[in-house]
Amino acid sequence: MSTQYLIKGARIAAVANEANPANEANPANEANPANSGKDPDVGASRPADILITDGVITSVGDSLTAGGAQVIDAAGLIALPGLVDLHTHLREPGREDAETVETGTRAAALGGFTAVHAMANTEPVADTAGVVEQVWRLGQQAGYVDVRPVGAVTIGLNGKNLAELGAMADSAARVTVFSDDGHSVSDPLLMRRALEYVKAFGGVIAQHAQEPRLTEGAQLNEGEVASRLGLAGWPAAAEEAIIARDCLLAAHTGSRLHVCHVSTAGSVEIIRWAKSKGWQVTAEVTPHHLLLTDDLAENYDTFFKVNPPLRTKSDVEALRQGLADGTIDAVATDHAPHPVEAKETEWAEAAMGMTGLETALRVVQLAMVDTGLLDWAGVADRMSVRPARIGRVPGHGHPIAPGRPANITLYDADASREVVDPAAHASKSRNSPFRGMELPGKVHATFLRGVPTVLDGKPALGGKPVLDGKAMA
Amino acid sequence: MNRHLISAGDLTREEAVLILDTAAELASVSDRPIRKLPTLRGRTVVNLFYEDSTRTRTSFEAAAKRLSADVINFSAKGSSVAKGESLKDTALTLEAMGSDAIVIRHPASGAPHRLAGWVSGSVINAGDGTHEHPTQALLDAFTMRERLRGPDERGAGLDGVQVTIVGDVLHSRVARSNVLLLTTLGAEVTLVAPPTLMPFAVGTWPVKISYDLDAELSKSDVIMMLRVQQERMTAAYFPSVREYRRRYGLDTGRMALLPEHAIVMHPGPMNRGVEIAADVADSARSTIVAQVANGVTVRMAVLYLLLGGAEENS
Repeated sequence: MSTQYLIKGARIAAVANEANPANEANPANEANPANSGKDPDVGASRPADILITDGVITSVGDSLTAGGAQVIDAAGLIALPGLVDLHTHLREPGREDAETVETGTRAAALGGFTAVHAMANTEPVADTAGVVEQVWRLGQQAGYVDVRPVGAVTIGLNGKNLAELGAMADSAARVTVFSDDGHSVSDPLLMRRALEYVKAFGGVIAQHAQEPRLTEGAQLNEGEVASRLGLAGWPAAAEEAIIARDCLLAAHTGSRLHVCHVSTAGSVEIIRWAKSKGWQVTAEVTPHHLLLTDDLAENYDTFFKVNPPLRTKSDVEALRQGLADGTIDAVATDHAPHPVEAKETEWAEAAMGMTGLETALRVVQLAMVDTGLLDWAGVADRMSVRPARIGRVPGHGHPIAPGRPANITLYDADASREVVDPAAHASKSRNSPFRGMELPGKVHATFLRGVPTVLDGKPALGGKPVLDGKAMA
Repeated sequence: MNRHLISAGDLTREEAVLILDTAAELASVSDRPIRKLPTLRGRTVVNLFYEDSTRTRTSFEAAAKRLSADVINFSAKGSSVAKGESLKDTALTLEAMGSDAIVIRHPASGAPHRLAGWVSGSVINAGDGTHEHPTQALLDAFTMRERLRGPDERGAGLDGVQVTIVGDVLHSRVARSNVLLLTTLGAEVTLVAPPTLMPFAVGTWPVKISYDLDAELSKSDVIMMLRVQQERMTAAYFPSVREYRRRYGLDTGRMALLPEHAIVMHPGPMNRGVEIAADVADSARSTIVAQVANGVTVRMAVLYLLLGGAEENS
């Protein structure tokens, strides 16, 4: 017997199928029914029904009949292709006190994600086929999202010796994205070699751009606030210098560069220039860099300590513009859970990073959609289509159209604003910088290959409610 | 008054003047045969020092004792801190022991802010990283007022006084607190340093900036020399100690360019022969010893106003 769901009356976010001018293999250019009837206000089509049968979208249209399908009332909701995060710290193995693959992916599903890229800075580091396969299997067991492990570029993130990138690419985890995130691959020759080497298997180097000598002991964006607070500055130039160098190396080697968590106006300019040359450079921005600024550190509240640091209002404006015009390809959370004690400390001692999976889409609505900078088709593009293409994630980032895997997020953009309460988050950690802030929107449901992972805003493995991480019988 | 003294910027002009006036009153205690007031009898002041600073710790200790407070010295060395206890746990422990005020010296900027969020008593910043040292600024302001306006001056600020602060402003908590307090009191502050030792955004501060010490001398009523830390000397902030001394050191030749009434200050400890020549440090213009004495009375005033006031209210 087949399992069927009928999503009634959702506004389906359009997904453009144009070839990306600079990057990537062009995805199949098939007809897209969702592009018709586009609502100019939201970039989403007029309400339609979506029929899912055994994990695949089988029909999209008006007044579809339910038959034996379970009906999901989606009136007023936006249907987005399942969100794809290029930058998630799941912490397992090694720091299960901060997050596990199970809790982190549950948080991801609640945030509307259907695939996440698990960063390599675990303990041990994900620098071998063994570790990436372990993380990948843990993701499969949890069942909330597709976990795509990121492989370390260098052994132990040491910045000196290339890890076995090919072995990770050939492993069951099929690694395509490699990053020493948390550290920059600062050695220019090693970066060049890494960019060259991954061409053999279509990989991409995701660079955490931070010139180490310019940021020794750095605590906060080098600017008015850091100068006043007596915190060592993290200059924008330390990010921009590495990005500029890496763009040149990507051009020289003809390889793919992805720039992690772009945080400065100057970085946006450099990436815009590199793209104008036709070089294979892509970039991401975090939700927190789209909304928050360095003055929030005024009282040394360590929840606002992150790397790269929060910048200034003009940087935020440039990042929003860059995301709106496509210079920045993707929103990526850099979800970085930390246990309480890692933040309950002096600023200089505090861990860097913020949780973000469960608030990402709501923050993007506030920063980009409610400001008129991006419509819902744009959100679908920056949070699903392009990240899936950069990570070469099979089955994700496609239009909501017949024949496609049913990876779908139903989002209520008109939900009454709610105050963020990290204690209510599925993430094991509570270090959300948005705590106490009112954010719009609510993720109503998430489907991973036709299986609900979230229903009515609550985790629902296989359509069943979840208690203590287990689906209830 | 606020419950805490964390930043010199938190003080209004009225509050700052009140502290200086109170210190002037309390200064007379130091001249009595029995240098003790019963004001804080039964109150407990903890000196929580994560950095070695004998001069600041003993100054706070003397101040608290002259007001009859019980004093507990809690030093990071030889305590559970060395075993990795967090600042929060240490704070809660000290509070459970009944501390009414915690005087904290810490190498991390902002540690007193964090501490204030965890304890119900008063927090007094005795120097946090490269951020602030508000009681140093208060004792400096007290010293300036006493020397330039006269010892019996009450109610006055430092309006129009030209203060030149010279040296490692970038890493100086003394400079940050002085800029905030002195401008609140109406003084005009000029910062002099090599560009490498200026804070990145110093242009947003309410001060004048100069890289040329000689050009500022004749306009200065006060010249304050900052200590050059040993670790700066090897980190390419300037080429050599010799060059630093030549360009930014205060020697007798430069002192001669100061106006007749101008005073020379230094928060100590000095590097004689680096930022300040011995002849200058020991000259009649130097207030360096007076600053130490004034430190006790100003800290008495701060403790009195923070703790004594709280007692009256409760």
